[in-house]
Amino acid sequence: MTGFLARRVLGAVITLLAISVIVYVVFYVTPGNVAQITCGPRCSPAQVQQVAGQLHLGDPLYARYWDFLQGLVAGQDYSTGTSVQHCSAPCLGLSYQSDQQVTALILAKLPVSLSLVFGAMVLWLILGVGTGVLSAWRRGRLTERLLTGITLAGVATPVFVIGLLLMIVVCGQLQLLPFPQYVAFTDDPEQWAWNLLLPWLSLALIEAAAFARLTRASMLETLAEDHIRTFRAYGVGERSVIGRHALRGALAPVIALNANNFGSAVGGAVLTETLFGLPGIGQELVHAVKVVDLPVVVGMVLVIGFFVVVANAVADLLYAVADRRVVLA
Amino acid sequence: MSAPGASGARQFWRRLRTQRAALVAAVVVALLVLVALAAPLLTAIEGQDPTTYHPSLVDSARGGVPIGSFGGVSADHWLGVEPQTGRDLFARLVYGARVSLGVALAATVVQVAIGVVVGVAAALGSRLVDQLLSRFTDVIVAMPLMIMALALLAIVPSSFPRPVLVALVIGLIGWGSIAKIVRAQTLTLKGLDYVAAARLSGWGTWRIARRELLPGIAAPVITYAALLVPVDITVEAALSFLGVGVKPPTPSWGQMLTAADVWYQAAPQYLLLPAGALFVTVLALTVLGDGVRTALDPRAASRLRVGTGRKREAKA
Amino acid sequence: MSDVTTVPGRSLVEVGDLTVDFGDLRAVDGLTFRLERGAALALVGESGSGKSTVASALLGLHRGTGTRVGGSIDVAGTDVQEASDEELQRLRGGRAAMVFQDPLSSLDPYYAIGDQIAEVYRVHARASRRAARARAVEVLDRVGIPDAARRSRSRPHEFSGGMRQRALIAMALACEPDLLIADEPTTALDVTVQAQILDLLHTLREETGMGLLLVTHDVGVAAESVDEVLVMRHGRAVEQGPVAEVLGAPARTYTRELLGAVPRVDAPREVRAAETVGEVVLEATGLRREFGRGKRAFTAVDDVSLTIHRGETLGIVGESGSGKTTLGRMLVGLLEPTAGEVRYDGHARVDVDPAVQMVFQDPVSSLNPRRTVGESIADPLRARGERDEGRIRGRVRELLERVGLEAAHYDRYPHEFSGGQRQRVGIARALAADPRIIVCDEPVSALDVTTQAQVVALLGELQRELGLALVFVAHDLAVVRQVSDRVAVMRRGRIVEEGPADEVYDNPQDPYTKQLLAAVPVLDPRIAAQRRAARRELAAV
Repeated sequence: MTGFLARRVLGAVITLLAISVIVYVVFYVTPGNVAQITCGPRCSPAQVQQVAGQLHLGDPLYARYWDFLQGLVAGQDYSTGTSVQHCSAPCLGLSYQSDQQVTALILAKLPVSLSLVFGAMVLWLILGVGTGVLSAWRRGRLTERLLTGITLAGVATPVFVIGLLLMIVVCGQLQLLPFPQYVAFTDDPEQWAWNLLLPWLSLALIEAAAFARLTRASMLETLAEDHIRTFRAYGVGERSVIGRHALRGALAPVIALNANNFGSAVGGAVLTETLFGLPGIGQELVHAVKVVDLPVVVGMVLVIGFFVVVANAVADLLYAVADRRVVLA
Repeated sequence: MSAPGASGARQFWRRLRTQRAALVAAVVVALLVLVALAAPLLTAIEGQDPTTYHPSLVDSARGGVPIGSFGGVSADHWLGVEPQTGRDLFARLVYGARVSLGVALAATVVQVAIGVVVGVAAALGSRLVDQLLSRFTDVIVAMPLMIMALALLAIVPSSFPRPVLVALVIGLIGWGSIAKIVRAQTLTLKGLDYVAAARLSGWGTWRIARRELLPGIAAPVITYAALLVPVDITVEAALSFLGVGVKPPTPSWGQMLTAADVWYQAAPQYLLLPAGALFVTVLALTVLGDGVRTALDPRAASRLRVGTGRKREAKA
Repeated sequence: MSDVTTVPGRSLVEVGDLTVDFGDLRAVDGLTFRLERGAALALVGESGSGKSTVASALLGLHRGTGTRVGGSIDVAGTDVQEASDEELQRLRGGRAAMVFQDPLSSLDPYYAIGDQIAEVYRVHARASRRAARARAVEVLDRVGIPDAARRSRSRPHEFSGGMRQRALIAMALACEPDLLIADEPTTALDVTVQAQILDLLHTLREETGMGLLLVTHDVGVAAESVDEVLVMRHGRAVEQGPVAEVLGAPARTYTRELLGAVPRVDAPREVRAAETVGEVVLEATGLRREFGRGKRAFTAVDDVSLTIHRGETLGIVGESGSGKTTLGRMLVGLLEPTAGEVRYDGHARVDVDPAVQMVFQDPVSSLNPRRTVGESIADPLRARGERDEGRIRGRVRELLERVGLEAAHYDRYPHEFSGGQRQRVGIARALAADPRIIVCDEPVSALDVTTQAQVVALLGELQRELGLALVFVAHDLAVVRQVSDRVAVMRRGRIVEEGPADEVYDNPQDPYTKQLLAAVPVLDPRIAAQRRAARRELAAV
């Protein structure tokens, strides 16, 4: 188990490094002129030259990447024209637009996004797995057909469409809830939850549909296996066959899907934040993309990548615990 | 035994035909494709085009609300006009189908092409090649598609044709899982006795890959591709919704929804039409994809009617 | 369980005019039999005979699957056809327990074995968790699992195949049923383990007095274990009676055919391949093959040397994990040896060579389902550079006819053929390369016994006709004796004994060979009883 753990952590670190190389190279070998983009369309050639100098654009790419890595590990000093700014340990550089430190920018926005994603995750796991179990249990009956229909509709609805509809109906037409305004958990947990309810729902309903489909499919697959036949042949009731044996078999794929879908859920979070005006990293990323603030974009992508890789590693560990044969294989 | 042979195509259609939902979905998809292809014809019949502004049809005093009932529905403008600009909604909707379907199909083709090449190469290559490609695939899978696409679309100059760019970006980032599936399937097939028999016959690697392996991975690839198309449609719509995908004046369903929440009371169809179009398209494609999977994988179909006595395969 | 109301005088199992229909297919057709308390009956038949379907019907397992079951079924006083779901649940596992063929897939991979047995026990007995767990350890100990208390916490994949089957039997014993239904209980096991399991079943029956209904394709297994036998074919009863009578003096043609096709481990090969042994065509020296690396490395084949002569058959026999398949693949060049070399006609092998062909075990996966069988057979011809379509088709038709198929089968796909026919196609494909040696890897183990006999006969004919050297790799000692001139016995990657077939079988030297031969079931129940007693004595020492 220790060996497995070490291998998995090492793998995650290598994956992260590879992602950082790809992201860095792709974004800094842009087809456009970085200095020109940074400086803005009205800059004179001389100003552009000056900016290029500040950004060390004359240095070869690998040298700049190496600087970037050093900044990540040890911190770095930046001269912003007149003053010198120190950017400490996990330094992701300075924003082109505001000269703010990217790390600080992300840290400020992170709680919003984490609240959104993890809250929604709890919801989609409960809703999705519950629906899946229910439709496997009531297979061939009206309940299953209804649930299958609802789940299909869920899979077919884009996050922003369901978010839009929820917002318009719940906040606009029925006025059951005010339009969401982010309140920090530390300020007022109750308001935090109420304001995040709709964003959670919009994000969770779509993901839950995918989980319901998977849970149902893998439970039906397990139900067709020989060991289920054994327990039926020994008089074990349907409740126990479904709840104990079939569900246990469906658990591993659900964990795997949760890791896989974490990335797409983060994408959904960007949409949800934009839609509901939540000040999270998704909203910031969309803004940075629109104004081509490369250090912010690269930093955000790396941080999100970090979370996805960690989620995958955690899922692998859970998977190994859930199915010990994996470690042996 | 699953044996989709050359007789497999016929078998596939027979199995697909027995699924009513998949058939309905196939008809809907066919209609959508038809609408997309015939967009110029349809708008010509209506007498409109998707890009002309009609300032006279919106009430600039009230912020650009369409004049007339139901958001400006009339004999000239079948589904009304867009708020503020007064562009014809019907025309934008049918041209939007072109973008949605076209971008998604193109993206899927790119994903499948890269995925198959990488997957097969990893499975058939040396240990080192496999290690490198599999690692690389893991990295690609770990990069969230939406986020990467969002970021990539930022840095490419706007002179590049936008729909092509969106398709390329989705295709270039989204091939990871199909490569994994292809690799796994190729490895399975490689271990089968008939591949060993082909080797003993004296055939080389290339011929074996072409004759014995590629036909065997077709079924999972088609299945997965069929399920990728609706995903890609959603991604394109999301990117355009965020304002980084397809840019105006080219119409796209996602982009139409960007400003729709402001107008839902004055012109509800401005929200409901593109949302409905997206919903129907993704739903139809998903149901069709499920049907294709069932038709290609008979085990999935027979899963529910498994008896207790498992018969041995071989009968004299 | 003891508090069951049983009608005195009634048989343990009474089946009257049983029919089972899967859709349009009638799997069981008008079957009637009875089994007295404490007695043992075997349902014997080839695949498709409906024997397993009968076993499932006894526990009402077809209920709710859309399968139609007709006739009357009475098991341990329960009318299975009319019983309510609750009554049926009480019967299942309580009064009649079932043991399945594949012990690995028949247990839940995620739970400890002791917990699974305890769960079943608690369904039928009012017991605390702790008491149920104690009962599980008790029955595991009863079926001979050493250190049962500790092992009861293991999961199925941590057990060997034989141990798993013991665990399943323990589960069956947990509620002290009146009837044990065993559906091919030893088919997935090695022959020595099979003997242990059959002996265990015998002992348990003596001690508990429960009845046994054994479902098997293997006549030998039936002869070892039961008092009465019912031979089935196409869902109908062919012949029924005391086992010694039916097997000793079969009244029906089909029973005679079936018995005639069963290979005998104690009968020498009837036809010799050739009077004189030809020149050496294949020579392997010091073959060794390792898999995996680091801590997980293991040696599948270890220092194996052998020679094969023109026109002879070398049998390689061994249990699962003995390395026989790995050895076969190295001989044809599909696997690189880690050490050692293979020489054909005196020169070192470089790559695969059309002169050395293989016939594979699995008739399903050895033919590409997407290509016609004619195209598959034509492969070696085309690979050799033959371009003339007419000549290719002509040769393939000739080969198809030679192996007992029709020339018109050229354009058919593998799924249109039975297992035996597919194996014939595989032989035709091997022949198309004009080989001098054919390595047959378990060529008949997936086939029914009558088909098995036909394929074995075909291989013998071809060998005599073409002067082929055959390497016959198999786990079935009787089949190997039937076909081989010389035999090599493998164990854990090494050859433990090699020599002329009759010498090895009649006068084995190595203790492992002796053990193997002692475990092979025989068709005569009296000899079987003697051998069981001998095994028991051996174990008691």
